[in-house]
Amino acid sequence: MTRTAKNEPPGVVWLGTPHFPVAARTAVGDPQLRENLRRATTTIRSRRLAAVGELDDWEDLRTAGAAVKRAALRHLDTHLLRLEESVERAGGTVHWAADAAEANRIVTELVRATGEREVVKVKSMATQEIGLNEALSAAGITAYETDLAELIVQLADDRPSHILVPAIHKNRTEIRELFTTTMGQWGRPAPENLTADPAALAEAARLHLRERFLRARVAVSGANFACADTGTVVVVESEGNGRMCLTLPETLITVMGIEKVLPTFADLDVFLQLLPRSATGERMNPYTSMWTGTHDGDGPRDFHLVLLDNGRTATLRDTVGRQALACIRCSACLNVCPVYERTGGHAYGSPYPGPIGAVLTPQLAGIEHAPSLPFASTLCGACYDACPVKIDIPEVLLHLRARAVESKRGPLPSPEALVMKAAATTLASPRALAWAQRAAALGGRVLARRGVLRRLPGPLARWSASRDTAAPPRETFRAWWRRTHRRPGQ
Amino acid sequence: MRIALFVTCLCDTLYPQTGKAVVALLERLGHRVDFPRAQTCCGQMHFNTGYRPEALPLVRGFADAFAGYDAVVTPSASCAGMVREHHRTLAVQYGEPELAAAVDRLAPRVHELSEFLVDVLGVTDVGAYFPHRVTYHPTCHSLRMLRTGDRPLRLLRAVRGIELVELPEAESCCGFGGTFALKNAEVSAAMLADKVRQVSASRADVLCAADSSCLLHIGGGLSRLRTGIGTRHLAEILAATEGAER
Ligand code: SF4
Repeated sequence: MTRTAKNEPPGVVWLGTPHFPVAARTAVGDPQLRENLRRATTTIRSRRLAAVGELDDWEDLRTAGAAVKRAALRHLDTHLLRLEESVERAGGTVHWAADAAEANRIVTELVRATGEREVVKVKSMATQEIGLNEALSAAGITAYETDLAELIVQLADDRPSHILVPAIHKNRTEIRELFTTTMGQWGRPAPENLTADPAALAEAARLHLRERFLRARVAVSGANFACADTGTVVVVESEGNGRMCLTLPETLITVMGIEKVLPTFADLDVFLQLLPRSATGERMNPYTSMWTGTHDGDGPRDFHLVLLDNGRTATLRDTVGRQALACIRCSACLNVCPVYERTGGHAYGSPYPGPIGAVLTPQLAGIEHAPSLPFASTLCGACYDACPVKIDIPEVLLHLRARAVESKRGPLPSPEALVMKAAATTLASPRALAWAQRAAALGGRVLARRGVLRRLPGPLARWSASRDTAAPPRETFRAWWRRTHRRPGQ
Repeated sequence: MRIALFVTCLCDTLYPQTGKAVVALLERLGHRVDFPRAQTCCGQMHFNTGYRPEALPLVRGFADAFAGYDAVVTPSASCAGMVREHHRTLAVQYGEPELAAAVDRLAPRVHELSEFLVDVLGVTDVGAYFPHRVTYHPTCHSLRMLRTGDRPLRLLRAVRGIELVELPEAESCCGFGGTFALKNAEVSAAMLADKVRQVSASRADVLCAADSSCLLHIGGGLSRLRTGIGTRHLAEILAATEGAER
């Protein structure tokens, strides 16, 4: 796998921020962020539970969704070629991009060819992943985000911190402040005396964005699904901004990860049930746009579909890790994750945060670029239970942890590797274990005060910073058994 | 039925009273329990931290130590889960078909305590007496890996004298996660803080769970904040009887 070469830059933007444990430490210490996250995730969680609880066949739907996705990935090449054929038959053009740089180059050239210097954007994870806005900007093209939360993030010159609610880390007051001070620099300013009322904030964004929609001649979107048999591409959104971008401009460029292809149009059935309930806790999605190629006098006259690999084929080769490609980006795993709830998305250093980010980013970018992410979990399993396509995230985390450890093994073992090796040797024999237990009990009793260890040495100090530990008892279970059960052969 | 106790390395070293409670409980129910002295550890710490080659000998050791028993009982959902879900993975990954076969024979006979009592022995009332106000934290691995469901609560409800109170947001993780508590100590502590808050809000005097590792973690937080709330493993409550209360 060429992408795992150390000197090669990752194809996923914005890695290399401090490693997760360091970034998380800062996030955990920010009470405003914690409050924003606690409120938002609690609300979405309970909405999802209610929406899912309404269906008797939810488990069957999950099983069906998982089966369709896994089957689609098994014959990905066939489906992609079929998709290309269908899209071109319907009047669209298909481009293949091996990595982020190639995708950015293709989109930039397509925009240049139109002579435009502005594009409107529908919220898209794939373009976040490849850093398209930055690439366009370097070519003198301005990309305007039109999803409310993405607009907030763009105005704040910030990074998204959630797949579905990219500005989840900001509250209403912060948004009001931001709109008042920055909207004018980008276009129509916020109304005077703007309040922090959600309706007022949405209205300010609506007015600001309206002129963009009417002026835009090129739009860039991602895709939630694409059907190989018909060539139909699907975008699922809830504000209507996507519908505007997908229908008004003359040129539409869609960047889509290759794993989004579904064999048939009929497969949408399960996913359009699974996605809204898992994502926002809605029974039905508000705006579902579907288009098949181009049509005279209706919608864009030029449609380009850029199929993005960027590490996906390499991920497919990993028989355990590949299930992460089944993800439909619903964010349910983020919302139920106790770690995400406390750190927010920025700590994950990638557009894909939370449990799915912890398993996807290291695979797309190469494990050496994100070695701490698979460890950003307690393995509590809440993500697996919530996932509408049954991705066994804990299993993939464990698998990637092993890969991370193996990739670091060298002639000089790390301190952690030495401790693990010593522990393995000790645990390999009951005799060595008993000896170590005696040593631990002795050390423990020396350090303990009134039977409690308040401060532990070395790396264990991180444990004892917030937790007491009872001093080890004088007699282990093993020793007790030996003393009380003197039966030979036991 | 030949029953073996897998006490786990943690209980063995730090919580021998939990292992003794399992023995006392099963003997009270009329069974003889063996402690195969060759046992050490299921390898979970190594496996979960990514050190798979180091975990493999422990899988072998486990299979050897417990071969020949009809049932292996352990007071840890997470160690039972390790054996049942992951020992096979390791044997297969390192190309050891004989070990994989041994794991396949053994793993279905490894039971977490509440599973063993309810499913194998078919009892929920074990004749325990524990006159305290108790709240129960379902650990992540009993809840979402083993799916022990309400078995522990059914056992607790049958205990005489007990006052069971509800734990708010019971199903959220306490933040332990093995080496997670060291690698991401602050996030772990933030999760612990919320769990401690909920345990206090339950107004219980005793926190009960079916995993000593989680009790080590939550108990450590309860003690640090001087809440005065103690911890008891499920086995200890079920082993307690009138007159011999622990
Ligand atoms: S991994 Fe599953 S739960 Fe998480 S975003 Fe993807 S589909 Fe949703």
